[in-house]
Order: sequence, then C-alpha cells, then structure tokens
Amino acid sequence: MTETVAMTVNGRAVTITVDDPQMPLLYALRNDVGVTGPHYGCGLGQCGACTVHVNGESVRSCQVPVADAAGKRIVTLEGLGTPERPHALQAAFIAEQAVQCGYCANGMIMESAALLAKTPRPTEAQVKEALANNICRCGTHPRVVAAVLRAAQG
Amino acid sequence: MNAISKRGLLKAGGAMMVAFSIGLRPKGAAAWTEKPVAGDEVAAFLSIDAQGGVTVYIGKVDLGTGIRTGFMQIAAEELDVPMARIRVVEGDTALTPDQGPTYGSLSIQNGGVALRAAAATARRELLNMAAERLGTPAAQLSVADGVVSGGGRSVSYADLVGGRAFTMKVDTNAPIKAPGARRIVGQSVARVDIPDKVFGRFEYVHDFKRPGMLHGRPVRPPAMGATAQSVDESSIRGIPGVVRVVHQGAFVGVVAETEWAAIRAARDLKVTWSNWAGLPDQARIWEHVRATPVAQVQVTSDRGNPAAAIQGATRRVSGTYDFAIHTHGSMGPSCAVAEFGADGKLTTWSASQATHNLRKQLAMMLGMPVEQVRCVYLEGAGCYGRNGHEDAAADAALLARAVGRPVRVQWMRADEHVWDPKGPPHLVDLRAGLDAQGNIVGWEADAFIPKGAGGNVDLTAAELGGLPRENQIHPGNIIHNLALPYAFPAIKTTCHRLDTTPFRPSWIRTPGRMQNTYANEAFLDECAAAANADPVEYRLRVMPADDPRGREVLERVARLANWQTRPSPQQDRSGEILRGRGVTFVKYELVRTYVAAVAEVEVNRRTGAIRVTRFFCTHDCGQMINPDAVKAQVEGNIIHTLSRTLKEELTFDRSTVTSRDWGSYQVITFPEVPEMVIELIDRPAERPWGAGEPAAAIVPSAVTNAIFDATGVRLRSVPFTTQKMRAALQGA
Repeated sequence: MTETVAMTVNGRAVTITVDDPQMPLLYALRNDVGVTGPHYGCGLGQCGACTVHVNGESVRSCQVPVADAAGKRIVTLEGLGTPERPHALQAAFIAEQAVQCGYCANGMIMESAALLAKTPRPTEAQVKEALANNICRCGTHPRVVAAVLRAAQG
Repeated sequence: MNAISKRGLLKAGGAMMVAFSIGLRPKGAAAWTEKPVAGDEVAAFLSIDAQGGVTVYIGKVDLGTGIRTGFMQIAAEELDVPMARIRVVEGDTALTPDQGPTYGSLSIQNGGVALRAAAATARRELLNMAAERLGTPAAQLSVADGVVSGGGRSVSYADLVGGRAFTMKVDTNAPIKAPGARRIVGQSVARVDIPDKVFGRFEYVHDFKRPGMLHGRPVRPPAMGATAQSVDESSIRGIPGVVRVVHQGAFVGVVAETEWAAIRAARDLKVTWSNWAGLPDQARIWEHVRATPVAQVQVTSDRGNPAAAIQGATRRVSGTYDFAIHTHGSMGPSCAVAEFGADGKLTTWSASQATHNLRKQLAMMLGMPVEQVRCVYLEGAGCYGRNGHEDAAADAALLARAVGRPVRVQWMRADEHVWDPKGPPHLVDLRAGLDAQGNIVGWEADAFIPKGAGGNVDLTAAELGGLPRENQIHPGNIIHNLALPYAFPAIKTTCHRLDTTPFRPSWIRTPGRMQNTYANEAFLDECAAAANADPVEYRLRVMPADDPRGREVLERVARLANWQTRPSPQQDRSGEILRGRGVTFVKYELVRTYVAAVAEVEVNRRTGAIRVTRFFCTHDCGQMINPDAVKAQVEGNIIHTLSRTLKEELTFDRSTVTSRDWGSYQVITFPEVPEMVIELIDRPAERPWGAGEPAAAIVPSAVTNAIFDATGVRLRSVPFTTQKMRAALQGA
C-alpha cells in the first residue's frame, strides 16, 4: 500500500513514504519533512496559510496531492531566507512589523515572493490584488502591503 | 524520515532551558514542581538565574498582540537589565500567577502593572542587598545592565541573588521609574517574536510535538443537538494507522498514528446520529430574541424621568439596532496536545487564553483533582476572545485518556466555524426626546442580550459527552457602554438578560461594549440629524465639562479628518457614487480608554455597494508601553471590526451552522481595507489602559453614520451588506 515520493525541499533531496498518495503535500511537509512554516488554515485553498512554492509557482499545499509533488522543487518559508541571509520580504516584514499572530504570514510572504518574482515593481493595487485571496484576521493588511512595497524597492 | 526537525530539537532545548534555570526541569509531561504562583509574591513574577538571566512569569498571554515584548520592556525598565537577557513564561498553571483570562484589554492595565510592581519591589530589594554588600547607601547606587555600582565598586544581580528565589511580597507602592527616566518603556521596540515568525522558526501550538504522540480528530454531530446512536468502526477499517474510535454520548473522536489517517478516519467514520432541529429560524432571529424569557433585568443608568421627558418632548426619535451572530473565525483552527503521565497527571498544551480556568474545567470534566492537571499556554493563531482552543484541549484530553498516549487534536475548518462559541445576537431599542433647540431631554435604551458575564465557557466535549460541566452561559461582560458618557438630563438604560441564546456564547473582541456603542452612537447621530446639528458639535454639546480627555480625542479627530461642520446628510445626492463621513466617540466602559473616529464612505446608489475609503482615529489609552504595538492594535481593531460590520454573519438552518468555511462566511480582503490615519495620544504620566479592544467599539457606528451622511438612509442592522444597502436605498 505504501509508496515513496521523492522531491526537493528547500534545496534538500527528501524521500518520504506515504500510505495514501492523495494526502495533501501540506501534511507531508509538516509531519514527514518537519518544516512548519506552512500552516493548515482551511484545507480548502481559501485562506493561503499553507502556501509554498512548487517549481517557483505559489501553490496552496493543502490542495496538492503529495504524489503530484514527486520530482518537484518545493520551497517553504524556511527555504526562502534565513536570519543571516533574509529574503527581502522577510527583512521588510520585520522592518514594517507586519505581523501580529503571524499565522497568515507564511502565506503573505510566499504569495508576495511569487508576485515579486514576476512583477518586481508592483503598484500598491497590484499587491492588494495579489493578496486578495489571503486571509488575515488580526488586521495586519496595511503593514503587509507596506512591507511588500518596501521589499520591491529594496 | 525523522519527524523531529533540527529546529524542533533546538526549540525543545530552549524550552527546557527556561525550566532548568530555575531548577524545574520537567522530565515528562506530568513530572512538575510547583513554584510560587500567588499574585502577591515577587517570586511568582520574577526569577534571576546564576548568569543574571531574568525570567518573567506572567498569567496574561501573548495572543499575537505583541504583549510579550511589552512585558519584557516593563521588566527591563524597572530592573535596568537589557531586554535580551529576559525570557518570558506565559500562562503555565505550574509556573505563572493566575491573573485571570487574557481578555478585556487588561493585559497591560492589570497584568503589566502587577509585573511592574513586582519588578520595582525586586529592584528595591536588590539595591538594599547591594548597599549592604558594597557598604554604600542604596540612594547612592546606580544600576546598568543588571550590575549595581556605587562608591567605586559594583556587584551584579547574579552575584546578589542568582539562582535563589525572591522571598518577599509585592509592594504595590514600590517606586517605579519616573516618566523622564524611562529608556525602554514608551519606545516602539521591535517585537521579539516577529523574526521567528517570518523565518518559519516560531513554534505555534500547532507545531508542538510530544514523543509517542498520536493524532486525534473529533467527529461532531451534523445536527448540533444530535446524539450518536451507533458508530460503525468497520467503516474505517481500510485506513491504515487508525488506533481507536472513542464514543461517549454525542462525543465521538478518532485517534490515529498519523494526522492524515485521523483526518480520513474522521471524514469516513459512519455514525448514526439522531435527528435534531432545535435552532430558531434565522429569518426570524430578532423575533426569537424578543420572545426569549428574561432571566434578569439590569439597569445600568437611571437619572431623572426620561419616559416623561420623551413624552413631553418637542420631537421624539426612536430606532432599533441589531448586530448579527459572529464566529471568531480563527485563522488557525483550534489545536491542543494532551498527555497523561505514568502517575496519572494530565498536561495540556494549548492556546487557551485562560489556562488557570481551563485547568479547573478539565479537572471537573475528567473527575480529577485540580492539582493533577497542568495547562500550558503555547501561542496559536490570533485570538480575539474565547474561541475553540479550550475545547480542543478537552477533546485531546478525552482521546489521550482513552488511548494512554499523548494526543494532538487540530480541528478542521468546519469544526472551527460551526463549533467555536459564538458572539450572540445583540438587539437594542432606543428612544429619545428633543426640545425645541434639538437638545436631548430624555434617553431610553433597552438591550436584549444573554445573561452571564465573563466566566468559564463550557467545554464542548463535556457537553456532548454528558460529562460534568458548569452548565451556565457566559457571553462576556456585554452590558458595558449601554450607559453613555454624555450629560443627558434624564436617562435610563436597561439590559434585559435573556435566559438562553441559540448558540453557546462567548466574548469576541469588545463584546457588548461594541454593540452597545454602535447602537448609542448611531442613534445619537439620528438625534443630531433630527436637530439639524453638526454631529461633532452635537456630541461636544453633551460632553461633560469635567472630561477634558474625552473632549480632546473628539476635537482632535475632527481636525485629523478635516471635518467640515454641517448637519448630516450631505445635500448633493445626484451622482451614482455618494460620499459621506461619520463620527463616533467612546469612553471605554465609561472609565478608561478614549477613542474617536471619523469614517469616510462611498456608496453606489444603484448597486448598494459600500466602500469605506478612509478611517481616522484618535486614541488615548494613557501611558503607552510600546506606541507601535498600540498602533498595531488600533489598526487591527479597525480592520477586524470593519470586516464584522460590513460582511460577517453566521448563517444556520434549524439543525446547524451553514456558514462552514471562508466562502460562506466571508471576511474583509486586502482591496477592501481603507486607508487609515491614526493619532495616538501619549500620556506617560498617566496610568496605562488597554488598547486591544476599545478602538473596535467605534467602528460600526462610524460606518453607519457615514452611510447616512452619504445617502440619507440609516442602516440599523449589522452586517451592512450590499443587499441591505440596496434595499434601503430602494425603499428611501
């Protein structure tokens, strides 16, 4: 019944054993690989808390069967940057203090990183549109927008 | 692959260091040693280890507000130690004082002030000890970086007390730093938790693991009052890793080796449920509220004879305001880990805002002595009141007891939306009489709201499982701010406390205080319009002369928003897009934080679409520990409450909640968030008040007042949806 899935997570080759290839990638990352940057928020692709990059595209890892990640390059919040070498967005989120509880921050940063990769100098409206399907309950929205614009200018 | 990451090990090590530094290394979930937690003991709040590291123990927890940083600032300031040398332990029943639940905008006002007194007491003691050691009078000593110096000699805190517990009582009169001497408090210090949160290194309760831990999921009844008549365990036999199905009354749960197996098992388990349809008809919810028996009548202000004054008034105004049922809608579904030790003691890790109360509730549910239960706080997703974390802890405890291994429970999205306790429906009738000059001569308000206050919200697992519970409802202190801060000659405000409410209630950010402020401040706007008076001027007319701080926030918000003095509504209503502005004021609970706001809106006259374009706010919470953190709270209050005001509404049929996800319970999105202009009034010489809630109170009324100014139509039913606006415009 079990099968193995090999992928790259944050530059590291990993092989995991699953008994259900339909298990969402999110659970493989959190429980088998041990990266907890992506969070379970809704399991429905509605909130964005579980966002990761798969081959450079932002995807909601709660919606991707782990089998579909085979052979793919996965980057999570942990792989985006480190305190020593932060991604511009991570530095900007700190500078703007753009976090309250931070449960959504993973999705905000990963979605914005995908935006900046394609649109390095977005307008404020483009940032808001890119994040229109990312939910935040604490009300950090203006700080998140300011952080993304700051990162884009950096 | 090993599930425990390197990061996890580092985190676990860090957590152990805190305990080890005070000789309390927990060897397992259940092996713990009590330290002093009585709120009058300095040792309950502070310890200093042999390296000079300071540990703060605090009963108030960081719910994502940044309060941890604020506590560190307070301790660093009073003790003169660098913040980097301070650790904070929050909400652990074995280690921290019981300072009540983290609610009511009281964490700084009460919790922080208590910590400040403990730190000031400790500092005085340390100076006295140093004076003896150095042979120099305490008054001639100075402290920097935890080192006391004087007379050419110095001694560190670590040398004075390192590793030994403080033994004195907290002196609430111990001298605190004068405003001019403060270097850390009052500064917008960067929050200590944010770097870990943006690098994916922060350990939320959702990330917490125990050795041998299993995964559990509750299986809730499809109809909220149904019971499980039978459970077919064979229905999940094909799922590898299922360990146990637990069934007691209407409580059903599954436990599995992996999280995904638990999710599949909970999804696929065949349960035969009884029928139940005990909820009221949502379309007639307000009739239901009015027909609910009244358990208690509370008069919250009573001056003169308003009924007679209204009867004899030149002009009479009346209106009814309602506010829909809301879910907390936490971003991260409720989560907890429970573990029974070999000695039978229970430890839970959860994001409970009230671990000391949860401890008592779990002990009651499980029939255990309270001393056998330890509840530890770990941060979850943002929490704005009593949501589902305590319930997840109860689920985890029941499942862990059944399997004899640690169990982690995380709710699914629908569990959260359907089963978290709800902000109850809130209904207020208002009547006022005006004299010939438009002045209010009499004011009467009647609120129809559930009974109860801020006690323990019953655990869902106990309720479903027929296990011991308090069996009372506690919606929070929802009576405040029905009384008004204004000087009306005759007023009576009455709370009709209803015996029941359709859903298990609890407090959601600014409970009652917001709904009452909404009704009052919108109705006051109706009176101003009836008087053909400018809404700011009309409020200043009735602002008590002895309340200059109230006058100041209102006058300052008018300047901030470039308020044009004129009555509402505005006269040009010819275009498709109508624009207006509305003002609001609150003195929180009539005794603390002052907030005023001006909302600017655009209303599409054809479609009814409402857009809040700008939001101005002035805020006076007295002394601010961290102004940027206060600003973040004000921003959060405004955005969260705009979401609630414009969009949020629980929907339900006769059996259960039908708004089960973010598609059916919509919340504010980035493009809908207005520009905000916030002016914080700092008063370093005053006492600090709360900031986590008060600015929420002014949002719904500011919006409806602005809509009225734009359109001449008054919305009195939250949420102010496009459909309601369009219908109101068509009826106008």
